[in-house]
Amino acid sequence: MPRKTYVAAIQEALSEEMRRDPRVFLIGEDVRIGVFPSTRGLHAEFGDKRVIDTPISELAVAGAGIGAAVTGLRPIVDLMFGTFLYLAFDQIANQAGAMRYMYGGQTKTPLVFMVQNGAGSSAGHHHSQAVHQFFMNMPQIKVILPSTPYDGKGLLKSAIRDDNPVLFLHSLSLGGKRGQVPAEEYLIPIGAADVKRVGKDVTICAVGPTVYTALDAAESLATEGVDAEVIDLRSLSPWDKETVLESVAKTGRFVAVDESYPTCSAASEWAATVAQEAFHDLKAPVQRVNNKDVPMPFSPVLEKAVVPSQTDVIAAVRKTLD
Amino acid sequence: MHHGDIPIDIVLDIYTRVLRIRRFEEEVGRLFRQGQLPGFVHLYIGEEAVAAGVCAALTDQDTIISTHRGHGHVIAKGGDIKRMMAELFGKATGYCKGKGGSMHIADFDIGMLGAIGIVGGGMPIAVGAGLSAWYSGSDRVSVCFFGDGAANEGSFHESLNLASTLTLPVIFVCENNQYGEFTQATDAMNITDIADRAVGYGIPGLVADGTDALEMYRVSRAAVSRARSGDGPTLIEAKTHRRGSHAEGEEVFLAGQTYRDEAETAAAQAKDPLHLLHTYVSENDILPAETLETLDADITQIVAEAVETARNSPDPAIESLYEDLWV
Ligand SMILES: Cc1ncc(C[n+]2csc(CCOP(=O)(O)OP(=O)(O)O)c2C)c(N)n1
Ligand SMILES: [Mg+2]
Repeated sequence: MPRKTYVAAIQEALSEEMRRDPRVFLIGEDVRIGVFPSTRGLHAEFGDKRVIDTPISELAVAGAGIGAAVTGLRPIVDLMFGTFLYLAFDQIANQAGAMRYMYGGQTKTPLVFMVQNGAGSSAGHHHSQAVHQFFMNMPQIKVILPSTPYDGKGLLKSAIRDDNPVLFLHSLSLGGKRGQVPAEEYLIPIGAADVKRVGKDVTICAVGPTVYTALDAAESLATEGVDAEVIDLRSLSPWDKETVLESVAKTGRFVAVDESYPTCSAASEWAATVAQEAFHDLKAPVQRVNNKDVPMPFSPVLEKAVVPSQTDVIAAVRKTLD
Repeated sequence: MHHGDIPIDIVLDIYTRVLRIRRFEEEVGRLFRQGQLPGFVHLYIGEEAVAAGVCAALTDQDTIISTHRGHGHVIAKGGDIKRMMAELFGKATGYCKGKGGSMHIADFDIGMLGAIGIVGGGMPIAVGAGLSAWYSGSDRVSVCFFGDGAANEGSFHESLNLASTLTLPVIFVCENNQYGEFTQATDAMNITDIADRAVGYGIPGLVADGTDALEMYRVSRAAVSRARSGDGPTLIEAKTHRRGSHAEGEEVFLAGQTYRDEAETAAAQAKDPLHLLHTYVSENDILPAETLETLDADITQIVAEAVETARNSPDPAIESLYEDLWV
């Protein structure tokens, strides 16, 4: 299998789906040149009509995506950084995230919002926040946050074919990561987790860049004789409750690792579900590892201290073993 | 270019601001290329005349709000180069104790209310600063710098209208450097002059030569006086040019692609604001060559010391993560 970077895998998903379906088009700021390499080269192949550069007007661009979706197209709206979604929040939360239901099932909104999520570039608060948790809180939007090139490609293709609004989050810090991506076509269903490491003592659930933090922590714990199972959720909404509950039934211990602030985080949701539905399997209280509860600082030293670290994960696992 | 009724000491003051920005930014560019600075860096080289001319028309009481391309605004408002440089290094001795960085520098003591990494994010806040001046009966004015790209955000339109309807002392300074990232301004709007948009909000909209620091001063002085006397906001569009990259290291993003033609770049180079001002003050014997040379040497020295101090400053302590959170 060829090894590709994460951004190359995303670029492949975009071009394959655009080739496959003429209703699919890409719209956003500087998507032609490609501020992120994931959209680079698409303009050369698909031309002005299907790769549309816009003014810096996130609210209008997001809304235009919605309007195009309810009238028969399948837009991919690239809003660059997750924090720029805040400018489009009305259109996403009030419109995309409710239209079908609010109008009694008359319409569908097949569109993908695509942004960079989270820390790692030392760019300060306005560019480095993780935003996935806000959208998990909306009942009619799917949220995916893949951690590998393989998952990125397969999930993005599924997102583009989905008839619902999907928020596709990718991580700047994972952009250069390489992994195997098959030459032949494949899809990964939205809502299916991937067990990255099988273990029997504790279940560590993570998503996006924190999957690697969790895997590193698991390797380190293995040297002390603690055998951790690591689950990469890949999709945040809907999320694969069954796989997580099955794992907890086996291990009896649960640690949720997530790059969002503690209150109402993704980890909060997983932990609450496990506490509620697997209470009798648990041998210890569930643990959450989140960002420190402060705005994202610029200094690389501080930024690193904000996001979940291997040490944080190990400490949380130890608590479940006490 | 002409200085007309501008007193010589103010010409020197404006020249000093332009030169301080230029030497600071040149050094920041070098440091970034050497891999010494974290994060993203957007330089103001080529646009110095705008911040210098505008800020020379302000007092310490007046406030400004800046953008992702904000170093020039801080310096023009009288910011401390040492604390700025340390902030760019992410050090504890920086303006924001390493928590802000290049896109988030503020100095509230001199009325610099902050650089903002969100395009168009500053305009509503500038309206609020104007509101507060009006509310407290102060003759303070509020200035907002923003780009041509930002003029396409909803916040631009809402802010102009709000400031206009409340007749607030706000000056909107649009730095039209003709690009928003890699997109030409004219591809992102179907008008030539952003100043024309003022009509829609019932306020004056002026076009100024943003490479001419003296003209920028003159135009700003008039807008400031209008705002101080309670006549409301002005939109000034400064036609300028970004000399270098959108963000340092943009070659990586571009991967061989180009977005500007060389003729345009060459024409703009010829209108370099420092060069123009230097030529004017020298050829007309307004400022002695010796003064200018000493000034340059002093500034270069200050910048070099700032780099030294920044390098030798400690990183913020991890415990500082939780400082400055709640009042
Ligand atoms: C809300 C928002 N959208 C997009 C960006 C990404 N971005 C950063 S700078 C920039 C271009 C801004 O252009 P302009 O306002 O003309 O300012 P200039 O960079 O030319 O000084 C863009 C699109 C951002 N920071 N914030
Ligand atoms: Mg611009």
